[in-house]
Parts: sequence; C-alpha cells; structure tokens
Amino acid sequence: MTDKTVSLPESPRHSGFIKNNLRNYGMLLSLLAIMLFFEIVTDGTLLQPLNLTNLVLQNSYIVIMALGMLLVIVTGHIDLSVGSVAGFVGAVAAVLMVRYHVGYPIAFIACLLLGGAIGAAQGYWVAYFKIPSFIVTLAGMLVFKGLALAVLQGQSLGPFPSTFQKLSSGFIPELFPSAGTLYPTSLLIGVVLAFVLVLASAKSRAREQAHGIEVEPYAFFIVKSVALAGAVLYFTYLIASHRGLPNVLVIMTALIALYGFVTRRTVVGRHIYAVGGNAKAAKLSGVKTERLTFLTFVNMGVLAALAGLVFAARLNTATPKAGLGFELDVIAACFIGGASAYGGVGRVGGAVVGAMIMGVMNNGMSILGIGIDYQQVIKGLVLLGAVCIDVYNQRR
Amino acid sequence: MTAMLEMRGVRKSFAGVQALRDVSFTVEAGQIHALVGENGAGKSTLMKVLSGVYPAGSYDGSIVFDGEERRFRDINDSEALGIIIIHQELALIPLMSIAENIFLSHPPSRFGVIDRHAVHRRTAELLAQVGLRESPDTLITDLGVGKQQLVEIAKALSKRVRLLILDEPTASLNEADSAALLERLLAFREQGIASILISHKLNEVARVADRITVLRDGRTVDSIDCRTERIEEDRIIRSMVDRDLAHRFPKRSAEIGEPVMSVENWSVYHPLHPERQVIKNVDFKLRRGEVVGIAGLMGAGRTEFAMSLFGRAWGTNVSGKVRLEGHEADLSSVPAAIAAGLAYVTEDRKQLGLILAADVRKNVTVASLRKVSERGVIDDVVELRAASDYRTRMRIRCSDVYQATGDLSGGNQQKVVLSKWLMTDPKVLLLDEPTRGIDVGAKYEIYSIINELAEAGRGVVVISSEMPELLGICDRICVMNDGAFVGEFDKDDATQEKIMRAIMRNVRMSGSRADDGVARAGGEAR
Repeated sequence: MTDKTVSLPESPRHSGFIKNNLRNYGMLLSLLAIMLFFEIVTDGTLLQPLNLTNLVLQNSYIVIMALGMLLVIVTGHIDLSVGSVAGFVGAVAAVLMVRYHVGYPIAFIACLLLGGAIGAAQGYWVAYFKIPSFIVTLAGMLVFKGLALAVLQGQSLGPFPSTFQKLSSGFIPELFPSAGTLYPTSLLIGVVLAFVLVLASAKSRAREQAHGIEVEPYAFFIVKSVALAGAVLYFTYLIASHRGLPNVLVIMTALIALYGFVTRRTVVGRHIYAVGGNAKAAKLSGVKTERLTFLTFVNMGVLAALAGLVFAARLNTATPKAGLGFELDVIAACFIGGASAYGGVGRVGGAVVGAMIMGVMNNGMSILGIGIDYQQVIKGLVLLGAVCIDVYNQRR
Repeated sequence: MTAMLEMRGVRKSFAGVQALRDVSFTVEAGQIHALVGENGAGKSTLMKVLSGVYPAGSYDGSIVFDGEERRFRDINDSEALGIIIIHQELALIPLMSIAENIFLSHPPSRFGVIDRHAVHRRTAELLAQVGLRESPDTLITDLGVGKQQLVEIAKALSKRVRLLILDEPTASLNEADSAALLERLLAFREQGIASILISHKLNEVARVADRITVLRDGRTVDSIDCRTERIEEDRIIRSMVDRDLAHRFPKRSAEIGEPVMSVENWSVYHPLHPERQVIKNVDFKLRRGEVVGIAGLMGAGRTEFAMSLFGRAWGTNVSGKVRLEGHEADLSSVPAAIAAGLAYVTEDRKQLGLILAADVRKNVTVASLRKVSERGVIDDVVELRAASDYRTRMRIRCSDVYQATGDLSGGNQQKVVLSKWLMTDPKVLLLDEPTRGIDVGAKYEIYSIINELAEAGRGVVVISSEMPELLGICDRICVMNDGAFVGEFDKDDATQEKIMRAIMRNVRMSGSRADDGVARAGGEAR
C-alpha cells in the first residue's frame, strides 16, 4: 500500500518529461527516420563516406543561409531575396577574381561587406519605414537577379583561382600523414568534439542541480549523451574514411555553434525573440526593436554572401542562374524545423535539422533516380506535413 | 412575469476540472439579470453553455427557453431563438464599414447580390435604435471602443434579439460611454428584450439590474431580487470572494518624503495630427512614498501624458523638463527612461505589456537582462533565481516560471508585468489602469503591491477610470481634462462628486476655450 503511494506520482512525471521532450526532439527523430529509410532503400549508398561528404557539400550553403533566415523569421519577417543575393555576390566575386585578378582574401572580404550592405539596404526599409519585408525582399529578389545577369553580361564566368576553390572543395590539412584509409586529424577532432559536448552538458546539468533546478532524469541524460557522442563519432568516422573534414563543414559547424549560442544564451538573442513575440511590448520594455530588425537583415545579407561564395567555389564558376530558388529551400528548412510564421518561435537546431531533412531527401531521391519533377512534389508535401504536425502538436 | 430562460442543474467539466457544479439560473422576459463573480467563477463557461459554444451533450443539466427544453448544437441554434452573445473582445472587422459589419452574415440580397440600399437603410434604422449618430459607411476603425460596442448591439438587434448577453461590456469604456450603454439596456427592457450583464463593476450592476446572481467556484452562491431587497455591495463582494472585505482597499500609513519627480511645462502633440496639442504645457509633482491618482474621462490625455513621459513612447514634438530626484532626466527614448528610473505599466496588458507566448521568466527579465547577464551572455541560473523570486514575492500563481504568460489569469498577468518593472528598480512607477479586467480578489493584491511600492519610497502614479479605486488608494488625486490638469484634491478632501464636477465643468468650458493653449486651471478647483 505504502509502496504504491510512493511510486504513483513518480511515473506520470517521467512520462510527462519524455512526452515534453519528444516534441523538442521530434524533428530530429524524423530526420533519423528519413535517413534510415533512404539508407535501406538505397542499399546503404546514402551513408557511404563519399556520398556523406557530398551531402555536406551540397547542403552547406542552405544551412548557412538558414541560420540567418531563422533570425529574420523569428523577428516576424521573411527574406525572399537570399537566393538572388547569393547569386549576385557569386557573380561579383567572379568578376573581381577572374576578370580583375583581385586577390582571394580581399575579394572574399569585399563580397561579405557587399552582402552586409545589401542586407542593410533592405533592412532599412523594413525596420525604419515599416514596409512589409515580403515586399521589400521581393523587390530585392528581382533587383539582384537582374544585377547578377548584368554583371556577368549573361554569361558564365570562371574558373576561380584554386585557393578560392578550396573554400568548398578543400579538406582540412592532415597533420599525421600516411595513416592508411583513415584521416586521423579529422577523427581526433571528432573525438574531442564529442567529449566537449558531453562534458559541457554534464557540467550545465550539475550546475542546475546544485541550484535546485529541476533537471532531466539521470537515465535520460545518460541515454542522450551516449546517443549524441555516438552520432558525432560515427559521423566523423565516416567522414574521416573518405578525405577528412571538408573546410565548409568546419565553417558550418562553427557558425551553427555561434548562432545556437547567440539565440539561446545572449541578451541580443533574447531581444530578437522578444521582438518577434510582441514588438510593441518589447519596445516598451526598452528593446531597440528597429535596430534589431535592421541588424537581422544585415546579418542575413552577410550569410547570403558567404553562401554565394561557397556555391560559386563549389561550381568553380559564376553563372547567372546561381542561387535560383535557394530562398525556397532555406525558408522551408526553417519552417520544417519548427519556426513559426508569426514570429517569436524557432530554434537554430531546428533550422539545421530542417535543412538536413531537405538535403537528405534531395540526395536520397536523386540516388533512387526519382525525377526532379516528383522530387519537388514530395518536398512540397513534406513541408506541408511537417508544419501541420507542428500546429497539431501545439494545439494539444 | 414568466421565466423566459431556465437553466437547471448545469454541470460542466474540462479534463477533470469541474468548471460548473450544479448551477441554476433563471431569466424572466424583459429582465436585466446581472451575473457577477471572480474570474474563473464560471460566468463565461455558463454563457458558452447557454449559447451553444459547448454543444448539448458536453454538459449535464437542461436549458429551457420559452417553456421548451433546448439542445443547442452550435451558436447558430441559439441565435435562431434570439439569444445573442457579445463577447468582451469585440468581433468586428476594423476595415469594414458599420453597415458591412452589421450585415456580415446575412446581408439582404437578391440572387446572391447584396442590396446595398437596403443594407444602408436598415443600418441607419438600427443605429437610430441604439442611439449612435454615425453614418453606416463609417469604418469601424474610426470609431472609439464605446461606439464599437453600440455597433455590436445594433448587430444583435438585426438578428431579432430576445436575450442579449453582454460579457463585461463596459470594461474598456469611460463613465459617460458606460452610462450611455446602460441606458440602452434599460430602453431594451421596455421593449421586452432581456439582458444578461456580466460585469466586475458593482456600481453599474446595482444601477440597472433587476436581479443579481453571484457565482463562485462554479456554483450559484447568492441571488438578489433588486426590486424587493436592498443591494449591498459588501454582501455581493462577500459572496463573490467568500471572505470579509470590509476594507476593499488595504490600509496604508503614507510616509511622504521629498519630491522624486517634477514635470515642468510638458507639451505633447498628436503623432498623426502634428498640429493638435494633446498635452498642454502641464506641470506635475510627485513625492517619495506618494501615490497620486489621475482621474479623467477617456481621451482626456492621461495615457498620452504617461506614455510621452516614458521615453516619448507616444506623441511627437514633445517638450518640457523632467527632474528626477532633483536632476534633470534624459527621457529621450524608452531605454533612457528606464535607465533614469521610470517604469510604465500599460493599460493594454496583452498588446503592449506581455509577450504572451513567452514564459513568465522571460517576461519578468526582459527589461533588465543586463542584471542577469555578463558581457551580453545571460546567466540562466541567476535569471531563473530572479524570476522565481518575483514569483514568490508577488504571489504569481503559475505552475512554474516556464509557464506561458498567455495561460495565466488577468490578475496574475498583471503581477508578471509589475514584476518586470520592479526588477528595473524604478524611482517612479506610472500605472495605467492597473486593475482593468481583474477580479476583486486580485485587485486587492494589486493594491497591496502598490502600497508596498510606496512604502519602499517609490513614487507611484495611478491612472484609473474607476473613481472608488482612486479614492481608496491615492494620497492625492489630480483631474485631467482635455490635456491639462483642471483640479487637484487631497485624500481627505476628495469625493467622487467633487472629481466628477471638476471634470464636467471643464468639459463644458473646453468648448468655449477653443485654442487657449495654456489652460492651467490647477489651482481653481482646490
């Protein structure tokens, strides 16, 4: 009798905890399910080291832009121009480096500044003139698509200097040469990363516990940590058995970590969510709403420029068609990842997972030989389905 | 008279929570029946059962209307019988005209083409009936809340209303508009239209109701026939809260110190009509530990005065001087005003005060993140501590500080807003309608908090449209009219009548005064 009364209140709390967190990890589980599905139907091609490396390279620019887009969407806006901006910046990069032989570092920095200036130009109208971002960036989409054509005079321009190509097609240098088929440096970085991640989460858990904050059950924490470390290690093992860590992956990981930190832990991040949640209330609480909105667009411009450079380096040529339709994949990634179209809600991790879901589906369906026509149909339905599930979950 | 509506033994529960337990409720033809009770007492639930929002079968008990048992499947079923409910949040479309709104669902039409002339003519008739002198083509967005309320009633009339349910119709109306609305209800009673009036304002309930029913915790606890019994506010309040509120306002021993804020020659112009001066070169003084009330009609400029002080959050071409603790303060922006020690609690909690989707913790700390962060990085443990601390101190009732503020009751939401501003450690708090839409019990708690603030040496300004409230909690009451202070009363000297007289005299005067910019009549009413 006494046993019963003690154990009864325990069990609903645990199941409640798992239920709450299932929602947070729902998209991650969907990604795993989708990967498993394609791994099986492609007879293991999906997770072959070569294909996995390609998968990363193919999607890097979408992930990079999704980080900026998430902030824009969280403030309650949208940026339709990112694809055109990426294409335009790629074109300018080609003109600078190929036509005028400007050095790679100078051209690189000039292009990022150009992206920032474009973001500022658009953000100015949105933030200070209160013109709906949909309209401003729709205009921007046309303008920069046109400018890309004009700059390139309608032709492709390339090839780029080989140092620039390394941005996309390069891998980190190997410090321990001749180690057989594995790249030890990459593997080592993976091991360190896994260790640091687990250590950090253990530390933060211990700190919260010490301050009497309710934490996740111990068993759950262990399972989570093992899964996290396992995933990182397995992934680096696969990557290390091809050619090691691509440069782009390093840039991407650093950016994901940076934006994850900024959104979750900093004052600026909190203010961005406040603006999206209720701009008027945020303003009356002393948040500089206009300036924040402006800055999210500047940030988006810089990231779109970076994505444009990565894409140009990958193709090794700038074409007037570069960046076409990127904005759709980027926006879809954010919404699949749980961002709210009304603003105020969305997570960096979600946007990254969303981008990866899109990437894995593109890649998997291509391996299966599904035509580009039906790929689009399926992707569209997945977007609608993901958002429907999210809305349904929130109503419950 | 015979019973038009009889609800018997109504029970309704949500996921195990009993919202209504055995409520019986009768409305006679041509009766104004007031329904009072604290928030969460079950008033709205009962009305939703009656109007079919909760369909038959989802509750126990029976509804008898016109002598027949009714089982409403949805709101259309109840509307067909003339039971019309007007919700607190008005359901009008702002950018459509009055006529379009009134005939939104069933416009007079021929072969699906709307007969515009008929719509116009019938709208004009309905507007005349509710006493609203506006063109049927006026857009809703151009009307004040009071007039919008009348449009809602006209809309109800167009549906041949027999029982009109009004959920807190006067919550956002000033005294004059409230009075006009209540007059309408009395006029409808003559025509045999019955009304159910849900209200927190006991004085207006007492004025118009034929019967008052008190709900508490989903039960009918008292029912007073106003024609045979005397209405005692204390009895009603006692039944509502089940505790003796002999003192509706907590006692306080005011210790008033040196001046904390002085405003000189403050002038503000309308942001959309820059030639219109809204605040007319006013002076204002506030001392430490003092609670000063600002009375006035809606549109007198009280909110505009407070918001323009708070970092020019309202108005253009703001000029004048503000001294805080003797030093001239920089109030050029909201962050500057907060840094200078000013806090403004808005009258519109949901739109301007809270981020409803965000949790209690984030709402409490949003205005003072610097205090829980280092070099721009938030220390989440320190933040959680601070939020939990305010939760305990202000007695915010929530499951934990991670609960979304949108899920809290009005009173608890207001405590979250107050916590946010207390955390900025202000010298002066400007409270704009701090108890609007809050039940009696929570009001008492808010008054206690105001007292604590004053006792801690802060200066508090309370803007309120409820005069008993001002008289109950303030040390001094200033009367504002047409952008200027037209009277000032000490606590012991002030009465509701005197304040009302100061307002009304100047309402009449302001017509002839026309463009006299410097209208400082501060001394004359004393």
